[in-house]
Amino acid sequence: MRSIQVLRYLPEESPQPFLQSFQVPVTDSTSVLDALNYIKESLDPTLSFRWSCRMAICGSCGVMVNGIPKLGCKDFLRNYPNDLIIEPLAHLPVERDLVVNMDSFLRHLEAVKPYLIEGKNAADSSQPNRQTPAQMARYQQFANCINCGLCYAACPQFGLNPEFTGPAAIALAHRYNLDSRDSGKAQRMAPLNSKNGVWSCTFVGFCSEVCPKGVDPAAAVNQGKVESAKSMLIQLFSGRAIGGAGQ
Amino acid sequence: MQVHTFDVVVVGGGGAGLRAAIAAAETGGNAVGLVSKVYPMRSHTVAAEGGAAAVTRGDDSLQSHFDDTVAGGDWLAEQGVVDYFVRHAHAELVQMERWGCPWSRQASGDVQVRRFGGMKTERTWFAADKTGFHMLHTLYQTSLKYPQIQRFDEYFVLDLLVEDNQACGVIALEISSGELHLLRAKSVIMATGGAGRLFRFNTNGGIVTGDGMAIAYRRGVALRDMEFVQYHPTGLPGSGILITEASRGEGGVLTNKDGYRYLQDYGLGPETPLGEPQNKYMELGPRDKLSQAFWHEQQAGRTGKHGDSDVVYLDLRHLGEAYLQERLPFICELAKAYVNVDPAKSPIPIRPAVHYTMGGIETNADCETSIRGLFAAGECASVGLHGANRLGSNSLTELLVFGHLAGKKAMQRALGDSPCKDGAESIRQLGSQWQERLESMMRGGEPGRPRWPELKAELLKVMEEGCGIYRDEAGLTQALQSIRGLRERYERVQLGDQSQIYNTDLLHCLELGCSLDVAEATCLAALQRRESRGAHQRLDDSCQQRNDQQYLKHSQVFYQGAAPARLEWQDVDTHLSAPGERHYGSKGSGLKGSGAEGSDGGQHA
Ligand SMILES: Cc1cc2nc3c(=O)[nH]c(=O)nc-3n(C[C@H](O)[C@H](O)[C@H](O)COP(=O)(O)OP(=O)(O)OC[C@H]3O[C@@H](n4cnc5c(N)ncnc54)[C@H](O)[C@@H]3O)c2cc1C
Ligand code: SF4
Ligand code: FES
Repeated sequence: MRSIQVLRYLPEESPQPFLQSFQVPVTDSTSVLDALNYIKESLDPTLSFRWSCRMAICGSCGVMVNGIPKLGCKDFLRNYPNDLIIEPLAHLPVERDLVVNMDSFLRHLEAVKPYLIEGKNAADSSQPNRQTPAQMARYQQFANCINCGLCYAACPQFGLNPEFTGPAAIALAHRYNLDSRDSGKAQRMAPLNSKNGVWSCTFVGFCSEVCPKGVDPAAAVNQGKVESAKSMLIQLFSGRAIGGAGQ
Repeated sequence: MQVHTFDVVVVGGGGAGLRAAIAAAETGGNAVGLVSKVYPMRSHTVAAEGGAAAVTRGDDSLQSHFDDTVAGGDWLAEQGVVDYFVRHAHAELVQMERWGCPWSRQASGDVQVRRFGGMKTERTWFAADKTGFHMLHTLYQTSLKYPQIQRFDEYFVLDLLVEDNQACGVIALEISSGELHLLRAKSVIMATGGAGRLFRFNTNGGIVTGDGMAIAYRRGVALRDMEFVQYHPTGLPGSGILITEASRGEGGVLTNKDGYRYLQDYGLGPETPLGEPQNKYMELGPRDKLSQAFWHEQQAGRTGKHGDSDVVYLDLRHLGEAYLQERLPFICELAKAYVNVDPAKSPIPIRPAVHYTMGGIETNADCETSIRGLFAAGECASVGLHGANRLGSNSLTELLVFGHLAGKKAMQRALGDSPCKDGAESIRQLGSQWQERLESMMRGGEPGRPRWPELKAELLKVMEEGCGIYRDEAGLTQALQSIRGLRERYERVQLGDQSQIYNTDLLHCLELGCSLDVAEATCLAALQRRESRGAHQRLDDSCQQRNDQQYLKHSQVFYQGAAPARLEWQDVDTHLSAPGERHYGSKGSGLKGSGAEGSDGGQHA
């Protein structure tokens, strides 16, 4: 048995969050999520948190573990011999206990048109496109995002400005922009060029450090800046207003 | 209670639900409601690793995919449905490609196909070892293009609104507020996934609790073929996390504690050379046979130990680090995180885990149930594709083929004349009925009322002991009786959390209620099917063989409220291929269902 602390927030009872300690059994493979489930089933039925796959792929179970954003199901108690404090993801409004409001996160994801936009010359739709492994390799890593939101909890800019598109959404836009089958880049650049787009990022890089899937959203943001600079220049030379900037 | 009105409401945001919603939107109308108890990308489709099947190569044929599916299902599949499926599979995978799904490619840029257990030819499309993840995200992202689709994320559906045997909507709990909502619709599609969480060791996510099955069943729709529960031979000990079958397709081998490839002792040999996996032999035999072989090894004391689990070993070492990283990166990550094994260096301990629910909500070939306007698709449905045993990589394709069909048919129904009235009175009644039910669960502090964790622990134990890989009369009778006892106790269940906002105690409790009803259907069908077929294997003397005389039938279980459920038998459509024997390994070469050769070859070609 060992002790862990969980930050509780029960809005129907009190506006004040509070820390609560629990004694949980541990083995070598006990995950933070296992510990939370133990608490819920055996100690305190009122503890609320999200989870489903317990295999680091559904993106439900993000929490702060000793102040660092982690997937509860892929972080193990064995990594924390001393204190262990579990809190809700930072920078997102807390609904209750470890459950945060994901609306703004989803809004950002959905705003970048994260779907394939085929050009006019797209081939006959009954046939698959060709795409070589090298063409795939350009975007593949950015397609591995599980939408867990850890990078938003890590991003100081998002903490200051919730309108910032943020790492995962920029990575997702970038994923489609780099896809050889896509022709939608021009449409996606407007939000990325805006003041809440790539230029909000001050390149802290913590987002990539916490990402559990090796997406490296910071790289996407950086490459996005290059693209954004290019697209703004092109727009300048073609005499059009700079898409979105200064809005 | 807020009331919303749609043409079609889809319950479930997994692969089947999203595909159905898109198809409904493309068919017409202007309002599709998509309700899910989790954000769509959390749905368990996300966890599928291996791939999706469709006839692709020049040397493959529709007939062959048909034969594999029908034989794999031990002749309990609806053959007209299988025929429809194999014909539409390829177009659906191409559609996914056109929506951006990053299918793995050959050097030429063409889509790559891989081997899969029980399939004669390479025909499984894959996206590294995260096929379900990529499909789900592609579908979710593509669904954003359709403004007609209005999502209700984190709404828990409780029940259907049915008027004169016509589905007219669903009632759902908004999880963030505890409020009830009524979503009216002229047709409803259930796409709520399977019920693997009835069992302790399983590869499923925590949300896979059979809700949709229970919801339709309680309204009178039959649950069909529920006794067929597929075990996956390679789950991680403890958690049950899946190690994809593709790892065997790529050449992984299974050994017992002595390092011996024991599958050759179970009719799956001869041993195939290391690095030369062969379809339908050894490690690429069908799942039921592989899981059963584990059981026999375990009985014979030839399994190893990992923690307190009996295990055998999946050896991938000969594939080498680089190849493993390219083809099975997720497997490497999972093995490292959850059993602390690097597959390039050591064999992975594995054991069978419950994986897939072949049975489900009975539908006709158009995905419609016995309630008009109520459709079902995906793992929650029994459209009749899988029979007694599903072939790996058929179900991801099923989500697309039948999600599409259900969406289209449901919208067509909705655009026609609908008998749904304004329904004010029935809506009010349904609302207050659920309000009362929830309040009575909430009312705390009464002595002697059970809570869900204890009931759930018993359910898992009962199912594991009485309804596992091998079953018998005594065990099933006991299990059925226990489940009925649990259902009775559940009537008085009480929550430990009385709040409205994100009351996950309430959600787990509601899920358990669904699981218990589904478990009764499963145990009843397993008890009454006194033969062995596909995933349903009985040890009792007279039940060890397939018995076509009596049991070439679907089981249908009907809900009877608090009284014991009732079972009926239904004929199977075998008009294209008469039942033959299922053979794998050397016995299987060249063998087909007796009717297969005789049937019109051109029909499936
Ligand atoms: C680990 C794993 C690997 C697999 N690999 C493969 C593979 O390689 N190839 C293959 O073909 N198949 C595979 N399968 C099987 C296949 O993935 C599933 O059968 C399929 O994904 C199920 O999809 P679905 O859309 O029917 O349900 P799900 O994806 O489970 O979605 C169910 C949806 O219903 C919603 N829901 C449920 N209950 C309620 C409720 N009460 N109220 C509101 N919403 C509700 C959920 O929120 C969810 O959105 C695998 C399965 C597992 C578990
Ligand atoms: S980029 Fe990484 S951390 Fe951010 S949401 Fe995606 S998977 Fe999570
Ligand atoms: S529970 Fe799915 S990512 Fe942790």
